[in-house]
This record gives sequence, C-alpha cells and structure tokens, in this order.
Amino acid sequence: MKALLLRDLALALRAGGGFGLGLAFFLIVTVLVPFGVGPQSELLSRIAPGILWLGALLACLLSLDRLLALDWEDGSLDLLATSPLPLEAALMIKAVAHWITTGLPLVLAAPLLGVLLNLPAPGFLWLVVSLAVGTPALSVIGCFGAALTVGVKRGGLLLSLLVLPLYVPTLIFGAEVARRGAVGMDVQTPLLMLAGITMGVIALMPFASAAALRVNLR
Amino acid sequence: MTLAVKDLCVARGGVPVLVGLSFDLKVGAATILRGPNGSGKTTLLRTLAGLQPSLSGDIQGAEDQIAYAAHSDGLKAMLTVTENLSFWGHVFGLSDIEPAIEAFALNDLRDRLAGTLSAGQKRRLGLARLLVTGRPIWMLDEPTVSLDAKAVELFATAVRAHLAQGGSALIATHIDLGLTDAQVLDVTPYRATSDARAGASDEAFL
Repeated sequence: MKALLLRDLALALRAGGGFGLGLAFFLIVTVLVPFGVGPQSELLSRIAPGILWLGALLACLLSLDRLLALDWEDGSLDLLATSPLPLEAALMIKAVAHWITTGLPLVLAAPLLGVLLNLPAPGFLWLVVSLAVGTPALSVIGCFGAALTVGVKRGGLLLSLLVLPLYVPTLIFGAEVARRGAVGMDVQTPLLMLAGITMGVIALMPFASAAALRVNLR
Repeated sequence: MTLAVKDLCVARGGVPVLVGLSFDLKVGAATILRGPNGSGKTTLLRTLAGLQPSLSGDIQGAEDQIAYAAHSDGLKAMLTVTENLSFWGHVFGLSDIEPAIEAFALNDLRDRLAGTLSAGQKRRLGLARLLVTGRPIWMLDEPTVSLDAKAVELFATAVRAHLAQGGSALIATHIDLGLTDAQVLDVTPYRATSDARAGASDEAFL
C-alpha cells in the first residue's frame, strides 16, 4: 500500500504528472475574481469565503479524470485488480495521493489567496480549517466518480456532472464555516456537519468505488 | 496447485463466447491456448484471472494464484525500469527484483525511463513483472508480441524455469515457443453457437 502511495506521488511530481494543475487553476480564479467584480473591498471580503471554496472545489474537480484514467490506459488497473491488494484499499490510497497532490496544496495556498480577496482577519484560520476538513471528502467522492466513468472515452464531462451534486453538501458547509469564521460567528455546527460528511464518505466511498470499478473492468 | 476448470461459460459484453470448456492446468505444466482472432482467448484469460465473472461453470484453485499479463504491460512512462519492477514487487510482497532483471536481460536498461524504451524492451519489462509477483499460475495473453527471436528465447527459458519450480502457465499465442511438452488447448470447438447467445447478459447497465 505504501508502494502504491509513493508511486502515485512520484508520478504526480514528475514531468507531465499534473501536479500544480489544480493549484494554478485556484490561483487564476482567485486572482481574476477581483478584476471581475471590481475594486470594492467590502463586497470582496463578503464573497471571499465562498469564492475561495468554489475555486478549491473546481480545482479539485479539474484533476479528477486523471485519477484512474491513466492507470486504465496503460493496463495497471487490471494488474492492480489481480494483485493481493484489495481494490478498496488501492482506491483509498489513490484518493489519498490525489488529496496530497491536489487538496493539500490548495489548503496551504488558500490563506495567501485570501489576502487578494480581502478576507477579514478572523476568517483565515477558519478558511484553512474548513478546507483541511472538507477537501479529503472531495478527493474520495471524486475517486468514486472516476471509478464510475473509467473506460468511457472522454469521460471528463460525465464525471463532472456525476460528481458535482455529491460535492454540494461539502461546499455548503465548508463555505459556511469560512463565512461564519470571517464575520466572527460561532462555527461549531457547520464544522461538525462538514467533518461528519468527510468521515462518512471516507468510510463508505472506497467500497462504492471498488464496486463500480469491478463492473467497469469486465 | 492444480487449476481445474469445469464446464465454464465465459462472456464478453454480455454475449457468451465460449461454452462448456473444461480443462486442468497441472503443476509444472504449460498449456498453449490456440484459436483464431476473436475466439475468446482473452476473455477466457480475464475470466480465469478474476477480472470478470463467468456466466456459468466452476473454476477451482485460481484464487490469489494467478499472475496475469495482458496486451498492455502496466508500465509507467515516467518511472525507470527498476522503479516499475520494484513497485510491482512491493505490491505482491517480493522486494527482490534482481532475478527478474537478470532473466529478461534488463541490466543495461535499469535506469532508463520506461517511456523511452522500445516496444520489445517494454514487453520484456512487462514480462519481468511476472517474476516479481511470486504467483504460481501465469496467464499470458500474446506474450511474445513485438519480441525478437532472442527475447522469445529468454521468455521461453523463463517459462521453463517457472515450470521447473512447480509453477504452471496458460499461454495464448500464435507462435511456437519451443515448449516441447506443453499441451495445446484449441478453443475453437467450444465457441458459443447462436442458441447459447440468446437471453444471457451480465451487463450491469443494460
């Protein structure tokens, strides 16, 4: 299992691995939003938590179709499925590798980009906390979407359509934590909901992903 | 451990392709699978390897025993030869990749990225993976595609060594590998007729 994680990380970091794709997209969105809505710092600081969360979510979505498609094309997925590694574990590891290469950089970059959107000072901590708690759910749900659409030629569109509704609860509660944090309100309820969603999908999604993938490998 | 297949019916895309197939694969023996293109050799191998369910019939002794090698080798272009092999070694729990490198003459290529190898070299690396799996039953689908005569000889030697160590192999191939005592299993007589094709479907989304 460690070998698979290390391989996926090495592949992501080497040329053509797609590391930084999500981060670059996140950067572009947050840099361009102030140009789009105009230089009203009060308006910007009001929409900052939502924009940052939306940017992070779309950045995550962008790299999902590579999650399993590359392994499918070169036949590694067949070989992994016949290996002693349970498919559920293999997919969980792949989701973890996706989070480390996509979600984690977004969490770390978010406070810097928050400055560009004039995020109020108390909001920084809760933005980072909400992203750190919420983005693992995005990777795990995304892995399920990738397993459903693997083998479909140009399945990226289908994947986005399938995954987006599943992302909505995470987005609602994640952005709510960041918004409440920014205006100094109590964040406990949405944060617990967000953590609950993440825990739930981590527990259930690997099994759903493996079942979907087994059907697709036939 | 003997692989016993009894009255097996395999399907591709919900349509039965081979019906009533029975054979045994004994320890230390190789079986060559023959049949024209599209006769269901690949489907049979994938079914035995556990990648797809059979429509009916019984497979015994296949669980966690099979190393499967398909048309694609499962190599990562951005990893070196050694990294590719040791990854699969770790996945299967064997970390010593030297015998595999030795057997397929990959020593000079060890630090090359797999993406820069020629088709035949990639195939050799893909076959070397079989040695790091430590699995007793090899299921090989056209293993000699793009190999030159010398590499075919290397491959045949590796298969013989594997058989001598108590392994077994089921090989779908069109060429003569020089495995003199191998049995030949021609799947042509087991091809599904149109009667068998009616009404059977394993597709989840149809």
